[in-house]
Amino acid sequence: MAHYILSTPVSEADIRKLKINDTVTLQNTLFGIRDATQIHLFDHGRETRFDLNGHAIIHTAPNVRKVVVSEKFPVGYEPICIGTTTSDRMERFTQPLMSKNGVRIIVGKGGLREDSAKAFQELGGVYLAIIGGTAALETTWIEQIEDVDMDDLNPESLWRFKIHDFGPLLVAMDSHGGSIYREVKGAVIRNKEGVLKNLGITS
Amino acid sequence: MQLNMNSVEEACKELYIRALKILPDDIKIGINQLNNVETDARAQVVLGTMITNISVAEREDNLLCQDTGLPIYKVKIGSDVKFDGMALKAAIRRGCERATKEYPLRSSVVHPITRKNNHTSCGIDMPSIDIDFFDKNETVEIVMIPKGSGSENNSFLKMAIPAEGVNGIKAFVIESVVLAGGKTCPPTIVGVGIGGTSEQCVAMAKRAATRALGTICLDEEGAKLEKELSAAVNQLGIGPQGLGGDATAFAVHVELAHTHITMNPVAVNMQCHSARRARASFTPAGIEFGF
Repeated sequence: MAHYILSTPVSEADIRKLKINDTVTLQNTLFGIRDATQIHLFDHGRETRFDLNGHAIIHTAPNVRKVVVSEKFPVGYEPICIGTTTSDRMERFTQPLMSKNGVRIIVGKGGLREDSAKAFQELGGVYLAIIGGTAALETTWIEQIEDVDMDDLNPESLWRFKIHDFGPLLVAMDSHGGSIYREVKGAVIRNKEGVLKNLGITS
Repeated sequence: MQLNMNSVEEACKELYIRALKILPDDIKIGINQLNNVETDARAQVVLGTMITNISVAEREDNLLCQDTGLPIYKVKIGSDVKFDGMALKAAIRRGCERATKEYPLRSSVVHPITRKNNHTSCGIDMPSIDIDFFDKNETVEIVMIPKGSGSENNSFLKMAIPAEGVNGIKAFVIESVVLAGGKTCPPTIVGVGIGGTSEQCVAMAKRAATRALGTICLDEEGAKLEKELSAAVNQLGIGPQGLGGDATAFAVHVELAHTHITMNPVAVNMQCHSARRARASFTPAGIEFGF
């Protein structure tokens, strides 16, 4: 279990080093993306002006305040509370995010499934688990909303955050086929038999 | 007592913001208790981060979680209270809208077909307003619950049949918790509705999921089931955030109603670890806020 500090964008080699149970702290840039953003990108054929190659995205839709554009708020948005949403709903977008847009890191909560695990393995990507529901803490790792695209979908716009010491995050799915979620799921299915038996239920 | 609608509007605005920022004491105690008995090292880190987040939210005067949820207002009306029902609903709605615009909060509410967001947290039949009565004199209570989607998306109803018995109910609860896995932001409060009509059953599950920790089902059989299932779910190994460990749930809460001779309905609704709620009590002495 090693700890890595990764400054985005990252290379495939940076990602291949990571194994499940390692921890990562991200620096530099993080893109916020969500259900509607990806439905529009991949189902409705919209394009973003952002270059996501080698970048990290986070499953989020933030609370923001509209303010006057200034050096501190370059696109007129002040972050209020930025947290992470359940990744599972966006399972089918992992592959296109990686193959079409070159994304290498997905930050999320609750995990992704086998198609995503396959995409991470084949294309060189990782899933970094953040602790869901800890948005107040997460917001302290975000310095600025640097830019925003597809803002007609607000709050599900494509956000570009400037980050500092974003983490530690847990490598929960790696590029070697490893997935903590798969391991836990297997254990839960085994445990369930005993739990049902203790409740007097035999099938 | 005449209920003043300006006070209701102001309080409903305040309730939404308070609920998003201040976690009830029973939940804080609950998460510390889970952390004290957790045996899995990774789960201890996860629970520790959740506890840190509660203090960061208080220190920074920030929202605990970015999910402003679906706004739910539960109103209980006591005796000797005068009010105009439609004005009450309108005042609640205005309070919810003002909290969203004035703070500002993320409006998480969209039209279900067009997906259009009015950026008010309001829409057709939203906020969800539930009105009931209780036996306190000259008192009105409003509890605000921002219900996050991670937990709400994992809601289950089974119209089981009598031949499946209570074992069918227990098995369905376990299956639902397993199916939800880490998606509900565990540790959760697992709310179980048993009996009634189908919609009563689902509503009871929600009521159970949003009950304060430490409260017990008023029905003896329901209370027994709570105890049994609370122990059972924490042997599954799902753990906080679905990353493994003991702390899958704070508790299983049960609410029940009598049902039809041919029916055995069971519903499951969960509340995430950020089990937020805020309460305002209106009496002739004024307004008091709590949980």
